[in-house]
Amino acid sequence: MAHKTIKVDYLTRVEGEGALKVVVRDGAVESAELKIFEPPRFFEALLRGRAYSEAPDITARICGICPVAYQMSAVHAIENALGVSVTGPLRDLRRLIYCGEWIESHTLHIYMLHAPDFLGYEGAIEMARDHPDIVRRGLALKKAGNAIMSLLGGREIHPINVRVGGFYRAPQRRELQPLADQLAWARDAALETVRWVASFDFPDRERGYEFVALCHDREYPFNEGRIVSSNGLNIGPAQYDDYFEETQIDRSTALHAHIRGGGPYLVGPLARYSLNFDRLSPLAQAAARDAGLGTTCLNPYRSIVVRAVEVLYACDEALRLIDAYEEPEQPAVAVQPRAGIGYGATEAPRGLLYHRYRLEADGTIAEARIVPPTSQNQPSIEEDLRRFIGGWLDLPDEALRHRCEQTVRNHDPCISCATHFLRLEVDRAR
Amino acid sequence: MPDSMTNQRRRRIVLGIGNSERGDDAAGRAVVRLLRGTLPHDVELVEQDGEATALVAHLEGAAAAFVVDACAAGASPGTVQRFDVRNSALPHAAFGLSTHGFGLAEAIELARALGQLPPRCVVYAIEGISFEAGAPLSPAVAAAVAAVAARLRTEVTSNEVAGEQLHA
Repeated sequence: MAHKTIKVDYLTRVEGEGALKVVVRDGAVESAELKIFEPPRFFEALLRGRAYSEAPDITARICGICPVAYQMSAVHAIENALGVSVTGPLRDLRRLIYCGEWIESHTLHIYMLHAPDFLGYEGAIEMARDHPDIVRRGLALKKAGNAIMSLLGGREIHPINVRVGGFYRAPQRRELQPLADQLAWARDAALETVRWVASFDFPDRERGYEFVALCHDREYPFNEGRIVSSNGLNIGPAQYDDYFEETQIDRSTALHAHIRGGGPYLVGPLARYSLNFDRLSPLAQAAARDAGLGTTCLNPYRSIVVRAVEVLYACDEALRLIDAYEEPEQPAVAVQPRAGIGYGATEAPRGLLYHRYRLEADGTIAEARIVPPTSQNQPSIEEDLRRFIGGWLDLPDEALRHRCEQTVRNHDPCISCATHFLRLEVDRAR
Repeated sequence: MPDSMTNQRRRRIVLGIGNSERGDDAAGRAVVRLLRGTLPHDVELVEQDGEATALVAHLEGAAAAFVVDACAAGASPGTVQRFDVRNSALPHAAFGLSTHGFGLAEAIELARALGQLPPRCVVYAIEGISFEAGAPLSPAVAAAVAAVAARLRTEVTSNEVAGEQLHA
């Protein structure tokens, strides 16, 4: 076996359309390429000439799985340009709706997309035949996230209640009570989920990632914080473009992001967790320890456990926010348009999501820039394949192809956001 | 697990799936809109974007479910196919339009695996031709939408199982 190529022409159980090609020569991985062939969608151009107030609703359409993240990065960036700061109950409601999105998105990935890899099933349907109660638990847990999104966002997908300055309508305290009952159940289900995924067998693979995530003084990050890396970077969102760059790669309709003068970096659950473990709630920290996680996690195959811990945290945090909630006097703070540039970064389920807007004096968007987490992770995913697959080259093609796909799924790539995802190509050139 | 158990034995639902901003993809939703106000008040009329786990949640506990979706099976525009999915799976190829690779066909198989497929479960598929952003329904599809709505007005309230195919 001097030369072989592993090809996956259409990657499944990922969000979007992509393919994978791994070339092996003389027993070593020579190259690993993630091809994204989903057509680009030109959202940044679509935003030009639109009113600043339209950005939350337009950007929510970028993704059916993580619309809140797009809305949140958009409103924070625009508020930054307009010199507005949203505090108190409105800020808490933003954290609450973000909890809903993390619960929904992570639970979908854990139960429907990723767990079948560890339990040897083709997919969630085959897994459901043998483990119906577990899959039912996952669906009900995801529903609790949907319930938050429906109540605060106006509907489950592509919420319509988020605006620059706050919300169109803020909920009354009594409306949140049924949600609290559902979340109390969900928190128990999330704890069971952590225990369940912790029992899987994980390949013994680690990598010295440069993690990048938001860090906040007191909170596990959703909406706010400094952009921090495990190699010592510590900047505000306004400096993002000074330190990070995107480049065009022929094989992908999504741009590849790098740290200027540096290499690939990783955003997402592993990065957030490793940079913010001490900001997790005591319950989430204890569950993580019981699940065998340290305060950092360098094994991407264990990302399913980290996601489960984040679901637990999101349930716990949502309950805290609901308990402390006091109805705001106004559903939004007043906003006056002015010319300026604004920057925003929030933590989408898949990682850091950066937006920048330049506004005209009347609030028209003159320029928009959006850097989704999957673009940032693409080089790191390829690096994982190059480093990890070498130890599995003696596997039969089918098993090897599966390992490659699993390795990609570790990072829950959302190709629809980065542009849609996956085909595998294994070239052994015998 | 929280669950509404009310009227589960009699629960009937019509689910229209699609994206109302993408031309003929809106066919399922258009059927549901035509049915509003024309069926007994206890029949649930739901428009949905096709995300599988949400579909499974809607199917759970229903006695009868009627799902309408657009498809691209290579037939002439406006062709209507009727599938009794209690007896067999949906052909995947025709329903590959979900953006997240986990759509109606998967939702039905997941519900079946979980023992949650309603005792009556019928899918109507309307062949689309134009899925352009912002486009209206094409004329052949609009006619098929009206035909499926008329058919469902009878079928939802009867216990009959209708024939397998009709054309608008």
